[in-house]
Amino acid sequence: MATIEPTASGLSAHDHAGHSDAYRIGFVRKYIFSTDHKIIGIQFLITTLLMLMVGGALALGVRWQLAYPDSPMPFIGPWLFPQQGGKITPEFYTMLFTMHATVMTFLVVIPILAGAFGNFLIPLMIGADDMAFPKLNMFSYWFMWPAIFFFGLSMADPNAGPAAGWTAYPLLSALPQAAPGSQIAQTWWLLGLTCVGISSMMGSINYLTTIINMRAPGLTMFRLPLTIWAMFITAILQAFALPVLTAAGFMLVADRALGTCFFIPAGIIVNNADPTVGGGQPLLWQHLFWFYSHPAVYIMLLPAMGMVSDMLSTMCRKPVFGYRPMVYSMITIAGLGFIVWGHHMFTSGMNPMIGMTFMVSTLMIALPSAIKTFNWLATIWGGKPQFNTVFLNCVAFVSMFVVGGLSGIFMASVPTDVYFHDTYFIVAHFHYILFGATLFGVFGAIHYWFPKMFARKMSEGLGQLHFLLTFIGFNGTFFPMHMLGIGGMPRRYADPYIHPYLEHFLPMNQLMTWSAMLMGFAQFILLFNFLYSIKFGKKVGRNPWNANTLEWAAPSPPPHGNFEQVPLCYHGPYEYSHPDWNGRDYLMQTEESMEKVLAGQTSDAPQKEATT
Amino acid sequence: MKKLWSLFFIFWPIAAIVIFAISPSMQWWFPGEAKSPIGARIDDLFYLILVLTGVVFVGTQVALGYVLWRASSVKADDKAWYTHGNHKLELIWTVIPALVLLFIAFKQMDVWAEFRIVDRVAEEIRNNPVAEVTARQFEWRMRYPAPGKKLGIIPAPDDMHQVNELVLPVGRKVVINLRTEDVQHSFFAPQFRVKQDAVPGKMIPVWFEVTEPGEYDLVCAELCGWGHYKMRAVIRALPEAEYQTFLAELYEESMSDGFVAEGEAAAEGEGAAAEDSASAESEEE
Repeated sequence: MATIEPTASGLSAHDHAGHSDAYRIGFVRKYIFSTDHKIIGIQFLITTLLMLMVGGALALGVRWQLAYPDSPMPFIGPWLFPQQGGKITPEFYTMLFTMHATVMTFLVVIPILAGAFGNFLIPLMIGADDMAFPKLNMFSYWFMWPAIFFFGLSMADPNAGPAAGWTAYPLLSALPQAAPGSQIAQTWWLLGLTCVGISSMMGSINYLTTIINMRAPGLTMFRLPLTIWAMFITAILQAFALPVLTAAGFMLVADRALGTCFFIPAGIIVNNADPTVGGGQPLLWQHLFWFYSHPAVYIMLLPAMGMVSDMLSTMCRKPVFGYRPMVYSMITIAGLGFIVWGHHMFTSGMNPMIGMTFMVSTLMIALPSAIKTFNWLATIWGGKPQFNTVFLNCVAFVSMFVVGGLSGIFMASVPTDVYFHDTYFIVAHFHYILFGATLFGVFGAIHYWFPKMFARKMSEGLGQLHFLLTFIGFNGTFFPMHMLGIGGMPRRYADPYIHPYLEHFLPMNQLMTWSAMLMGFAQFILLFNFLYSIKFGKKVGRNPWNANTLEWAAPSPPPHGNFEQVPLCYHGPYEYSHPDWNGRDYLMQTEESMEKVLAGQTSDAPQKEATT
Repeated sequence: MKKLWSLFFIFWPIAAIVIFAISPSMQWWFPGEAKSPIGARIDDLFYLILVLTGVVFVGTQVALGYVLWRASSVKADDKAWYTHGNHKLELIWTVIPALVLLFIAFKQMDVWAEFRIVDRVAEEIRNNPVAEVTARQFEWRMRYPAPGKKLGIIPAPDDMHQVNELVLPVGRKVVINLRTEDVQHSFFAPQFRVKQDAVPGKMIPVWFEVTEPGEYDLVCAELCGWGHYKMRAVIRALPEAEYQTFLAELYEESMSDGFVAEGEAAAEGEGAAAEDSASAESEEE
């Protein structure tokens, strides 16, 4: 079969029309305080897309300051800083990058992966009718809003927004005298952090329970699509790492509000205030924070890896290359992810022997990532893809992940990290991972699963235009950061050009800012395409990509309860282009066999090895 | 269109390599050669990793370009390959990267030890730090011991102080005690490739050797508040003889507060100090 076209043939065996609309419910419970995983997923998706725009706007503020430190900020500058003639103040600048990172990490990337796609896809892809705990699921979405509220409150604080960076290292974050933004704004920020923590926690428990208990008959663990494996491993990471951050957050709030001294040593005089009484240790925060936030890096990456594996396989009409190695490497990433946090602290003054241990474990975590990359390449190899938006975004994921992964090696090696730590090199590195990899994966996933959400396709032309502009803007913004890093430009500088050795980087920074504006502008195309296509996109059937996994067996959009009848799963999710097949190049998991049972298939599925 | 997109993905890695290749000549590179032996070793490691990652980068991007180009030329009635993987391939691309990564890891260890393991510094040097650098919002304060004396943990009355200027001797390994008075800062000397956080409540020794006299930058690399960017000091590296002269002069300067009693000034001996304080006194009269 040459082209991918809409078809509803996937479930023709068990098509029970008119069975699903028995369930009636009011508007508020259906669309707002919904317990339906699909609605919650879409709520997460729309919320996080809006937050993506907010986080992007904050980033543009940062970029403006780095490109034109002496010029007033366009449009809103004169209104925000009338005293400074519209120029960004250093306090405001610290708030900008703090909130940019906070919004992008906690309100965009984590919830769009786990919250939006996790919610929408897990029950559908495992053939369940909903999550194990629908109400908990609802709460997990609605705990985002107090978080957004607290973060907003913290940003809008009239003294100054939070100023300690997203890592909130004490003492800057612990003592109100340390910075204007470390007053009440920092407490609001920590409360916001706690709320997103609770939200993810509830989500992760739910995902674990659902994936373990509610898989369709015949869907063994090693028949799960890689997306679900990734979500499963992510949920484990969240469930075990997040409590540490939540505890640390409470300890810091206690330090700030109740006079405890977990992180505050004695005799510190900040800003001519009285000396602290202390007895605490600021490094403790770094350990606790990174114990969560390093696994969080994988929380922000693994689901995208899983989704890209699925999308590449479907688009290339080819089974994922090395399914089991893919699973094992994700498990390895998760396992090692717990023992590498110290690589954020090579220059922090912790025991240098431990530094060596962390260096070895960190370099070793590059290994499963490398294996995955090679497997993706091999999945495309010999495939027959349509070069559509989904495929392009997935290829961008692989290509950019290679860059981000390789630049990570420089940081994993302690001696080179001594130089690159806290320079723009690390900024380049994690943007290549979090944007270059994760967000391109997410853009692909939005286009790929949109038909399941709304029974319509997103516009292909707009999708490719968005991809093109984002890709160019992205590389124009972040690639030069490697050079800035090698040049020794530290992060978080409101005006780097007062240092003579950095002066000549100004033109490069201006180029980066223009690229960032292009990239920011391109996201409006995505937003427009998304909203427009909900109403006016091309109508498609339940399986527009001719994909195999269970969600495409459900009607689009899936009704309450998802499937007309419990789907039976006969084999793994990647049966594409078998040489013996004629006429059709895919075999859905719900379909028992194409013409005869394929030889060599492990078949611990509900027996019946007959031919149709 | 398919071919165009394939070329699009082939174009960017080439652009990346070209940019990296021209960067050193465009000054988009290290701020000068490393001016310390440890910095030179770090640079060597950087180039080693750059070559290794460069090879992997080229390899994977060529592979990606190839598979895309191949995919773009597939005919309509061709079928995609049907394969679930290849054990041998998996083994190859597990073992080889593992060996390379382990090689990188073990190759680094000695440099790291040189930089941070305290045994690598001779006891003599370790026990005689040349200065204490205290970071505070938003400046660097230096404290030197009086000539011939040891730097104590607690400031001594005859210690000498400087702000935002650190003077160091050239050609020998020196130890600096790094502290912070308030929040966390980080001592970053880009030309020496040296970086160490200053953690509240801790005193951390830092050691390195400056190889060439000159003026170098000292900046803060850990967010410390709104003025983080302007926390700037100059490191002035002097040949040993000039360094000793500088210390002597600094000592005289810091001892002459204009109120030195006649007898004490005499006891200090003849020389510039006495004249200096005398002239200061006379000025005040």
